[in-house]
Amino acid sequence: MSHEIKTVEGITKESTQEMIDHALDAYPEKAKKKRSPHLAPNDQASGSACVKSNKKTVPGVMSARGCAYAGAKGVVWGPIRDMVHVSHGPVGCGWYSWGTRRNLMSGITGVTNFAMQFTSDFQEKDVVYGGDKKLAVLLREAKELFPLAKGISVLSECPVGLIGDDINAVAKESSKELDMPIIPCNCEGFRGVSQSLGHHISNDTIRDYIIETREFPDPIGPYDIALIGEYNIGGDAWSTKPLLEECGFNVKSVWTGDGEMEKIAATHQVKLNVIHCYRSMNYMCKVMEEKYGIPWIELNFFGPTKIKESLRKLAELFDDNIKAKVEEVIAKYDPQMQAVIEQYKPRLEGKKVMLYVGGLRPRHTINAYEDLGMTCVGSGYEFAHTDDYDRTAPEMPDATVVYDDASEFEMEHFANVLKPDLIGSGIKEKYLFQKMGIPFRQMHSWDYSGPYHGYKGFPTFARDIDMAINSPTWKLVKSPF
Amino acid sequence: MANNLGLKVKPVTETPQSEIDRVSAWINTDDYKEKNFARTSLVINPAHACQPLGAELAAHAFEGSLPFVHGSQGCASYYRSTLNRHFREPAPAVSDAMTEDGAVFGGQNNLHEALENAYTLYKPKMIAVFTSCMPEIIGDDLTAFIKNARNKGIVPKDFPVPYANTPSFNGSHVHGYDSMLLSILQTLTDGKQVEGRCTGKLNLIPGFDANTGNYREYKRILEAFGIPYTVLADISDVFDSVNDGTYRPYPGGTKLDDAADSINGKATIALGTYSTSKTFSWVKDNYSGKHAALPMPFGIAKTDAFLMKIAELFGKEVPASLKEERGRAVDLMTDAHQYIHGKKFAVYGDPDYLLGYVSFLLEMGAKPHHILCSKGTKKLEKELQALLDASPDGKESKIYINKDLWHLRSLLMTDPVDAIIGDSHGKFDARDAKIPLFRFGFPVFDRVNLHREPLVGYQGVTHMLSTICNKFIDIVDDTCDDRHFELMR
Repeated sequence: MSHEIKTVEGITKESTQEMIDHALDAYPEKAKKKRSPHLAPNDQASGSACVKSNKKTVPGVMSARGCAYAGAKGVVWGPIRDMVHVSHGPVGCGWYSWGTRRNLMSGITGVTNFAMQFTSDFQEKDVVYGGDKKLAVLLREAKELFPLAKGISVLSECPVGLIGDDINAVAKESSKELDMPIIPCNCEGFRGVSQSLGHHISNDTIRDYIIETREFPDPIGPYDIALIGEYNIGGDAWSTKPLLEECGFNVKSVWTGDGEMEKIAATHQVKLNVIHCYRSMNYMCKVMEEKYGIPWIELNFFGPTKIKESLRKLAELFDDNIKAKVEEVIAKYDPQMQAVIEQYKPRLEGKKVMLYVGGLRPRHTINAYEDLGMTCVGSGYEFAHTDDYDRTAPEMPDATVVYDDASEFEMEHFANVLKPDLIGSGIKEKYLFQKMGIPFRQMHSWDYSGPYHGYKGFPTFARDIDMAINSPTWKLVKSPF
Repeated sequence: MANNLGLKVKPVTETPQSEIDRVSAWINTDDYKEKNFARTSLVINPAHACQPLGAELAAHAFEGSLPFVHGSQGCASYYRSTLNRHFREPAPAVSDAMTEDGAVFGGQNNLHEALENAYTLYKPKMIAVFTSCMPEIIGDDLTAFIKNARNKGIVPKDFPVPYANTPSFNGSHVHGYDSMLLSILQTLTDGKQVEGRCTGKLNLIPGFDANTGNYREYKRILEAFGIPYTVLADISDVFDSVNDGTYRPYPGGTKLDDAADSINGKATIALGTYSTSKTFSWVKDNYSGKHAALPMPFGIAKTDAFLMKIAELFGKEVPASLKEERGRAVDLMTDAHQYIHGKKFAVYGDPDYLLGYVSFLLEMGAKPHHILCSKGTKKLEKELQALLDASPDGKESKIYINKDLWHLRSLLMTDPVDAIIGDSHGKFDARDAKIPLFRFGFPVFDRVNLHREPLVGYQGVTHMLSTICNKFIDIVDDTCDDRHFELMR
């Protein structure tokens, strides 16, 4: 797909490189050498990555990254609502990831959904003697106390792998004993370089233990699809799933937002996988393509331009019935979206945004800001790979700065130079930039708002961005005395 | 490759509504409670975090101090974001990003590289190192690693690098706080004791406390006394810093020189005997002057004891202004007692806070009915029991040590109370039990600015009392029928 080359006044490859060089000058020699390939001006026309990625974090630089466990528990497993997810190891990891991602769930907590913190709470003796026996007991306890749970995931924390426990053997045995799926996931935090490996390990675990273990009772129809990499942050899936249904599709399962284990297990039967967060779930899309011949398509549900483009791209794969419905849906929502744009664009036109997030948002949200008249002047990911940066290049204006696994020092430096009107990043960055007087929205959690996906999400997104940038509070930051 | 468990392939099923109804009702019963309390291995919704989180809080609380996690970078992100969410403030901290090869070769290379980078980039005056699981399991020798770093010139010879072992599989955040604070004080005071020198100051050790309002309250009290003081360690300013358009990574904290000189203090008071026990026992043996350990000053009697101890140590009268403050607080208590007297509470939290809640409630004639600590000791149980035994309102209370918030749910459903005192995590139990939750504990993720409202001292009494009574009055207004909806309450 050819993209019009976008430029930003005052930003050239040279100016961006100079800004990067200044930031790098502050590092000791070895760290400078390591960080250098992760920072570069975008080459929009090339359509390919301008930075290196998925490398070890440089020690001591203040990275925003999480770990493999975070990717497994927080991202992939946690949102599956009808399973008990056991954080196996010491108490902390599960406690920190308890309720802090905003993957909302239907059902009754403790009865049909398990948005709780289950842990084996490792003590010294468990580290010394091993935790396998304790695990077997706690699985029985979970089954007894939560009889409607459809399965249990066992998510290993660092000590489990280091002391050589065999959770796979325990899971296998307990699974037979309790007659329920007990899924061992070896996602210790020290594995890999970021949360990304946790996604991959979890995808592999779904491949090895879950997919194909269930079948949908009704015959599969031509419009039966699955929505992959949609985590229902702030209710996103409750916007995207009905949208796809309005277009004539049957969304048989959602991976994994407000997810149901059995439906995920039967996903090998669908006709198409629609993937939103490519980074965290491309692995299973590829497995399902190879093994079951299910094609997959990557779509973007942020902002009316991309939603429209995505729905038409999707309709191309189907018959006239779907094509007609998609056009009807677009015709229905276009005027509503236009009204949102007319309300907010005059207040946001020409404003500059810097993004630093994970997954898909550093590229997928760029156009939503552009729908509101804003310009992206920098973007980057905590844990992306080359294929993510390839996909990012055409979306970002030419010569704007791309940063991979940025340190807090670099982000602060870039913000000082670029003087953005808004930064979209995470909780660890939020208050730093607000102290600098720069408006900020958390773009992992939608800052306790949402949904931002789909037509239902865009008005909320637009309102929130306007609210952040145009809050009168920013004018009070400088005192008159 | 799928289906590694060898389970039979089954159809996708919907759980029948009758089953959902049955289980929904069952989890509220005595039968369920019995099974729930029979758990030996599964912990559900614990009300405590791991040691390094507390260590990070202590590490933030000194001038120019950069917290440093020796371990996986994901750990550091978890601690930082917890503090960010609670305080709604920055919490800059680094990690040395140990990965798989660290498990094989040990973490020295990571630690050295990280020290060099952090020292250069973030220009701290001190780097406070604490550990997460990985180095604790593989047995990294921090003493040697840091000594080697100095010898290699990675950090200057006199640059303070206190370090603490804070294994997550032992204790809770309050213990990590204690260990880190102890190490910082040991490091900073090393060689600073001067025979015959007395700073004339009070060293106040508040213990693990994530309420910046409490620190300001302590300082206000000491200023009212006119006593020079050093707070060890001071998180106010660090976690309630100004917004004037400039980001400062180290906006406050106890001055390193003051901390160093604290060993020559006139007296030291440690509050929060459960989160400062190691620190205090070392201080007692090593610091000049007099020493006292007291419970946190929640409620009137404990505040009285705190003020009288200060007065005694410094040979001063309690200032008239504080005596008046006491009188005003008591006046409010007598005025408002009818809205709280006899109300039953479930309380949970860290040991030091828990003792405070119980004292306060008993002073108001309320009943701390379920008292739960998800990481406590027999000593705590005895101390709580002694408080209960001293009051007619404590007769029916029960103490649950090392029980979690899923246990608490069973207690609330089978033996109801009027309200809960805890932290944000109690909101699920509170919703199921249809009772209010008072967020006096840590962390508070879902309300703004509560960590700035003091709980200690006479001002704390006023704040807690007003919050609780007005909520109960709100409930009357929100739920009464029209005939009983009155102007006056």
